[in-house]
Amino acid sequence: MYETLSSFAQTGGLLIFILLFAGVLAYALWPRNQQKFDKAARTPLTEPDAPETAGENEDDADVR
Amino acid sequence: MSNAQGLKRVGTDPGTAAVFIITFLGALWSLFAAAYAPDAAMRGQSWLLLGGFLTGIVMLVGTIAGGGVIDDKREYNENVVKAGVIATMFWGIAGLLAGVVIAFQLAFPMLNLEPFGFTSFGRLRPLHTSAVIFAFGGNALIATSFYVVQRTCRTRIAGGIWPWFVFWGYQFFIVMAATGYLIGITQSKEYAEPEWYADIWLTIVWVAYLLVFLGTLWKRKEPHIYVANWFYLAFIVTIAVLHIVNNLSMPVSWFGSRSYSLFAGVQDALTQWWYGHNAVGFFLTAGFLGIMYYFIPKRVQRPVYSYRLSIIHFWSLIFIYIWAGPHHLHYTALPEWAQTLGMTFSVMLWMPSWGGMINGLMTLSGAWDKLRTDPVVRMLVLSVAFYGMSTFEGPVMSVRAVNALSHYTDWTVGHVHSGALGWVGFISFGAVYCLVPWLWKRKGMFSKALVDWHFWIATFGILLYITSMWVAGIMQGLMWRAYNELGFLEFSFVETVEAMHISYIIRALGGVLYLSGAIIMAYNMYRTIKGDVEEEDENVIPQTSAVPAE
Repeated sequence: MYETLSSFAQTGGLLIFILLFAGVLAYALWPRNQQKFDKAARTPLTEPDAPETAGENEDDADVR
Repeated sequence: MSNAQGLKRVGTDPGTAAVFIITFLGALWSLFAAAYAPDAAMRGQSWLLLGGFLTGIVMLVGTIAGGGVIDDKREYNENVVKAGVIATMFWGIAGLLAGVVIAFQLAFPMLNLEPFGFTSFGRLRPLHTSAVIFAFGGNALIATSFYVVQRTCRTRIAGGIWPWFVFWGYQFFIVMAATGYLIGITQSKEYAEPEWYADIWLTIVWVAYLLVFLGTLWKRKEPHIYVANWFYLAFIVTIAVLHIVNNLSMPVSWFGSRSYSLFAGVQDALTQWWYGHNAVGFFLTAGFLGIMYYFIPKRVQRPVYSYRLSIIHFWSLIFIYIWAGPHHLHYTALPEWAQTLGMTFSVMLWMPSWGGMINGLMTLSGAWDKLRTDPVVRMLVLSVAFYGMSTFEGPVMSVRAVNALSHYTDWTVGHVHSGALGWVGFISFGAVYCLVPWLWKRKGMFSKALVDWHFWIATFGILLYITSMWVAGIMQGLMWRAYNELGFLEFSFVETVEAMHISYIIRALGGVLYLSGAIIMAYNMYRTIKGDVEEEDENVIPQTSAVPAE
């Protein structure tokens, strides 16, 4: 049991982590994502002062 | 925020009923414990638990009678954040005060008063660590995460009554744990001292916290999940895993306080420091990085320096931190390869830590003048600088050769406090200074000068603290390993203690200064909330309710 687990951790585990991290790098550095990230970075700066309720069913929204 | 009339209330929904049942069962268990507990400590503790649960029932009845908690999707839930901000300040002062007391007890042992054994160093030390980490830090994280997740997801927090259950349940956990330490209930695991019943209670509260957070992410109106939320989520999930695994234990009886861990020997030690170091990594680092990634950009009105770097920062921090724990166990029964693994990963942590620090600091590009004009920005920036410093020192200390000198000395204590007072303390204070005017809709803090005073007094306090502990720790380590020409130890243990006396006094004074800063802040906060704000702070404008409709 120990042998199986440790040999998996030393081979498969290593590969999985490297691939996952390569995936993260690719996602973060992919040129096409630049625009999306630029917009995301502005999230705290563009927030409205109340939650967005547009597009929701207005029937159950109480009248203030 | 308008008045409470006209806002939708949940009534007696299933959530409220579930909270009522949990509270009722808790009260019932406490009552049985009061009657049947096999140990005296638990018989005493159970009355406090019963009192807490009964208070909960009274509050619930009051809420139900008033039509249930407010849950109106047209507004953010700011009341729960307000409560969290006040609790943060309260526990901050309590925890720092406990720290000052035990610092003086170390410098002057006669302060361990014989007739008041429950106030001796051994009982107060875990009270101090739990109060500052879990009570102060935890409340800061819960409050800011509730604020940030609502704002960046453009939606009201999920769960109706559950965020309130998380808030009050967490305060109850703190009281439960702290009073337990005083009467001697502890499972003797550092930072995991609470016994099994308190652990189960925290598990319930924490799972509710996770579900509230996930529920809010689930119903978000903004398609992209902002990076601060990633850090908060990693903090919540990992703390849940760490807490549950490290506290796996078998209670001795149904109503007694004692339990035995499922682990023994070196497995126990490794599990404990896997927990302990990731409490540093995910509670004191990832969570507070969430604060950094929201409050610094928001305060200086600049986007994060590099959003790409923040993604790489997040994933590399998460991947690497979880392996660093074994560096706490150098030269122990832990296999050497595991020690080396822990050390290697600790050294690798330099990269994500400094990447994150650079990302936080460079967010100020083009707004560096705010360092001069806005003491809150100064506090946030100094906190990130301290983050950089302590994440540089940490990997150095994790190297086995350095650890041979530093381990068990006060150098470790100094290192922890440059992280805790500098990074965690200042980023939390900075976030609270931002939040108070935003939440209570004030033009600014009551006094900007007092913010400045807080900043300088506390900074000077930290410097006294860490420099005295460097001197004390390195001297202590060198004295322990000094041999004379015949191969005998040069110094007896008590000689090292004597040599550190002056450092201990300086450290205690540093603590007094840091506490004084927090008391100044509490006064400033009280006057701000009371509505005594006269001067307008241009750095606060972005979030007032008076923003005109677009």
